[in-house]
Amino acid sequence: MSSASTSANGGPEVRHARRVLITGLSSYWGGRLAKALEAFAEIEAIVGVDSRNPTTELERTEFVKVSNQHSLIQRIVSAARIDTVIDTRLVVDSIVASRREAHENNVIGTMNVLAACSGSSSPVRKFLFKSSAHVYGCEQDDPAFFTEPMSRSHRPTTAIERDVVEAEASVIDFAAKQPNVDVTVLRCANVLGPDVETSFSRMFSLPMVPMVLGFDPRCQFVHEDDVVHALEHAAIHRVPGVFNLAADGVLALSETIGLLGKRSAPLLPPWGTGMIAGPLRSLGLRIPDEMLNQLRFGRGLDNRRYKASGFEYGYTSRETVTALAEHLRLHPILRGIQQNYTYEGEVERFLRRSRLTRPPEQDAEDQSAAEREPFGI
Amino acid sequence: MADRRTSLAPSPTTGEDQDGSSLEVSERERMRSLLPAVEPDRTLDDWGRSERMERVFDATLVEFLYRYWFRAEVEGIENVPAEGGALLVSNHSGALPPDAAMIGKAIRDEHPLPRPLYMTVEHFFKGYPGFSMLIPKIGGVAAHPANVHRLLFDEHELVLVFPEGRKGTEKLVKDRYRVQRFGRGGFVEAAMRGQAMLQPVCVVGAEEAAPVFAQSKLLQRATGLLYFPITPTFPWLGPLGMLGYLPAKFRIRFLEPIDTTKMGANPAEDKGLVQSVAQEVRARIQESLHEMVAKRKSVWLG
Repeated sequence: MSSASTSANGGPEVRHARRVLITGLSSYWGGRLAKALEAFAEIEAIVGVDSRNPTTELERTEFVKVSNQHSLIQRIVSAARIDTVIDTRLVVDSIVASRREAHENNVIGTMNVLAACSGSSSPVRKFLFKSSAHVYGCEQDDPAFFTEPMSRSHRPTTAIERDVVEAEASVIDFAAKQPNVDVTVLRCANVLGPDVETSFSRMFSLPMVPMVLGFDPRCQFVHEDDVVHALEHAAIHRVPGVFNLAADGVLALSETIGLLGKRSAPLLPPWGTGMIAGPLRSLGLRIPDEMLNQLRFGRGLDNRRYKASGFEYGYTSRETVTALAEHLRLHPILRGIQQNYTYEGEVERFLRRSRLTRPPEQDAEDQSAAEREPFGI
Repeated sequence: MADRRTSLAPSPTTGEDQDGSSLEVSERERMRSLLPAVEPDRTLDDWGRSERMERVFDATLVEFLYRYWFRAEVEGIENVPAEGGALLVSNHSGALPPDAAMIGKAIRDEHPLPRPLYMTVEHFFKGYPGFSMLIPKIGGVAAHPANVHRLLFDEHELVLVFPEGRKGTEKLVKDRYRVQRFGRGGFVEAAMRGQAMLQPVCVVGAEEAAPVFAQSKLLQRATGLLYFPITPTFPWLGPLGMLGYLPAKFRIRFLEPIDTTKMGANPAEDKGLVQSVAQEVRARIQESLHEMVAKRKSVWLG
């Protein structure tokens, strides 16, 4: 791969991302990642695209509102000479979007983003894709630890899993057809953390956590901060390939519930769980289809390959859960304090573009553009 | 044995991502060092094994069966390697086989450097409520080649397999001590890929402790169980009747281990070698069983 790419370009390869495009800027991951990458001085430009307005306050990231139209993204990519595209859009949880939206975003959206990065004239040299452990599925005869070369043993049965499998397949196909682009795919285990909202974190915030009677599945988690750091790691270093992203340690669900200081409620019947999930959903307990098998068989990932590439996790599975437990304990008290951010295009443009917000020459070092007080004028 | 190498087609992907020999030794050590560290606050390991649950079982049911009910006697415990991965291969029998627990107990109690034993079980148990919760906690691991590989190669543990599988447990009492076919030699391949010792084990007594008189196809279908044996106590005493063992005298013999690392560079690829090793292990167990059965004077007193 590497020898082919050097000869094709004739120049040295990009290792450190310098001009980055983030898709799904308005999603949780896009916003977090853009914020994290702004701290790197070597990254000179960050462009974020999404069809909705950003939900995070960003300093120097340029936001372009664009839906999944590959011709527009392609124009942005070549005009801004983007060398690294980070695709964080993938919907891996059916509580985030409806089935149709998810399909549109995951399958069609990925196709469009990939189309925007392909072509021999494309400046893109690195493509990072945040995928999910859903590609492995979750079945009775699965191994206890999935390694990256393994493929799922059964065809996907839920809509989200089908989408994720299809999206990742198109990324792998892109990697094969574009040998001069370093493609990194990160398959994330179930993410937990104080800010991200997933089916699991929702279930864990209930006063009693439902379990399937007679089953105590193995669960592996990854902390939201570790996911962001893992994407950063791939942006800064050259780590082509497919990697599992899961924290050290596989917990039993009962152990997890104990760490959270909750009680378990084994009220889901072992047979016909899918049938009762419907009525429960209307009672407010939403257990998505892709979670049902996980509540039965669990899933473990072998995380050593990404560790071997130099990445270090900040949290183990156990620490991830205890961090969430701490948050759940304090959340009712702190809820009102943090304010929500609403994106105002005009303000953001003014802050970035106006001459008034540029610091004067003499004290340019110690004052950033955002801290100036152009509002008083 | 080592020079009988043939060049067959590349191995079918069984799930392992490297089969050892393609990696440098240092690289292998590095991957091993990246295994998750043990967290002292946890009571479960990453396979779901619970020290506490195991201790409770060990001190009560297993202790009672091993010491007083089966009065187990062990030979050749020194053959069990004190370190490194080893795959224990045993004959299998009985309705709800007590042999695995007794072998584990023998190693725990008699070995100078006892280690936990991971017992491979059918995938079926992962899907059956109740069993699914209990079996991993007391050291059961689904019999997936990747699981065995990780335990042997990366974690250097002791793993117990019953290559006869269901053919062993479905066997009726009239066929006792006739070792069934040893699968397709998958266990030999697993040991070779895991660069582990192959340790044959013979168990005498388990056949009489839980004799199966018949198998009921109809009731098996009705209950969704793997098989439905008719024993002296099951199904007459309900599910607990599965534990109604007769007090047969147990003898467990650990035979001389076979070192699979001395069989050339990539022995698992050599199907002929795999089959001949599998047959050798089976023959050794069968031969030793015949000898042990011939020597014993009484089924119950030994």
